[in-house]
Amino acid sequence: MQIYDVSLRAPVRTPETNMFWDSANEGNLLYGKCRDCCKPHYYPRRVCPFCFSMKVDFVKASGYGTVYAFSLFRRGRPPYISAWIMLEEGVAVLSNITDCESDKLKIGAPVQVVFRPAENGQKIPVFTPSLL
Amino acid sequence: MSHNSFIVGAYEHPTRLATNKSVAQLHAEVAIGALEDAGLTKDDIDGFFCAGDAPGIGPLSILEYLGLDVSYADSTDIGGSSPIAQVGHAMRAIRDGKCNVALITSAGRPRSEVAAPGDLTELPEYPESGFEVPYRAALAPSYAMCAQRHMYEFGTTSEQLAWIKVACSHHAQHNPYALLPNPVTVEEVLASPLISAPLHRLDCCVVTDGGGAVIVARQEVAKSLNRPVIRVRGVGEAVGYTRGSDINLTTSAVTKSAKSAFFEAKVTPKDIKYLSTYDSFTITVLLAIEDLGFCEKGQGGRFVADGNLISGIGRLPVNTDGGGLCSNHPAHRGGITKIIETVRQLRGEAHPAVQVPSCDLAIANGLGGMLDRRHGAATAILERIS
Repeated sequence: MQIYDVSLRAPVRTPETNMFWDSANEGNLLYGKCRDCCKPHYYPRRVCPFCFSMKVDFVKASGYGTVYAFSLFRRGRPPYISAWIMLEEGVAVLSNITDCESDKLKIGAPVQVVFRPAENGQKIPVFTPSLL
Repeated sequence: MSHNSFIVGAYEHPTRLATNKSVAQLHAEVAIGALEDAGLTKDDIDGFFCAGDAPGIGPLSILEYLGLDVSYADSTDIGGSSPIAQVGHAMRAIRDGKCNVALITSAGRPRSEVAAPGDLTELPEYPESGFEVPYRAALAPSYAMCAQRHMYEFGTTSEQLAWIKVACSHHAQHNPYALLPNPVTVEEVLASPLISAPLHRLDCCVVTDGGGAVIVARQEVAKSLNRPVIRVRGVGEAVGYTRGSDINLTTSAVTKSAKSAFFEAKVTPKDIKYLSTYDSFTITVLLAIEDLGFCEKGQGGRFVADGNLISGIGRLPVNTDGGGLCSNHPAHRGGITKIIETVRQLRGEAHPAVQVPSCDLAIANGLGGMLDRRHGAATAILERIS
């Protein structure tokens, strides 16, 4: 099935995640990285879920990664692809894949982040097959 | 000391569609059914356990509605596994002298309310909400992606997953209350429409109204009743999740809940004669069978194939009531039905066509929530005392 577009709901913003959404509006995908144990995490939060350090930076991702898992949800209106994307930085992101032929999609396929507006205009990071 | 608790009552509501009843009413009906099964009365109950399907804050509203006077109450919610975890909580409360007769209820009416499981339209400010709601990260894709990874990592096939549904459907034909009582073939499962690839419609459980209840009681109470004696030998519970850099979609929290339960029960998977396990989707069963230790990780596909889960045919009879895949998944939470069919098997009260001979040790296992991210698991090992 050809997936041309995604219908995105507006995210719940919190004081903890305002920076993430402001950055998304500028075309940047952020993930959490602990300054103490150096482990990356996603979704980003202000406490490290590995070591409890509060020294967490919201770091800009390259935006490139590979498909870790995906599923075409045919009951969606319209149908959409749920996916886990493994970023180059070694952290998996739950998202959607758009602008692709779902039958040609495979685990390990290279993808890159693109930003699409939610119903309220907030830019949301989603992924699409890389050109290269 | 931990072996002082017994399941003395179990009742599954026969309804699958409760258009003209309230959720609280269903909780009351299953409570009364379990009391009648045990031969106990309302005043005997001094402990109460429920989860998020009970209307109101924790146990407060439902305790008032039922007019129960208890010395102990617990509303731990880890999703559909909650009643199984609560069997363990009841056992520990009884051991610690906090109560003697504990009632666990679970009930709901999602079929009448037309409520989708894991519906994300009005998710409150959970910490993950912002990162899931925009993507409509629904329940079926969550399980589908785990199935896809299992296929990718271990070569598991859709045919093997279909065998799980086939086994449940073979059992369901003997259950007069099963929503889907007709046996199906592997081919029919594969020919059913894809809901969320690679899961077909027949890989998914039913949506039903109804519920069930069980009663856990102190040894002295159990011995005074004219019922088969089912001892709670060991219970474990666990929560699983991903933090992104530790993602693993093919191993569930059942690894931890099973380890804890087997340690307490001092038995091994080889000793188990029957398994009731959560079957929200076929993949849920496959992961649980591996994570309980019935086979090596990755071998679940081979293990479940060729009728190996069918009572009287296979090595490990599973979900002889038809399970959530064919009979009942009340309130989108199948935990209580897992305990009830396990009790039927241990009592020798399952349908003769599916009754496991000499069934003296069995497991009720739960695995609910979002399988690819946060989920809850509970494993209860129950034993028939002759």
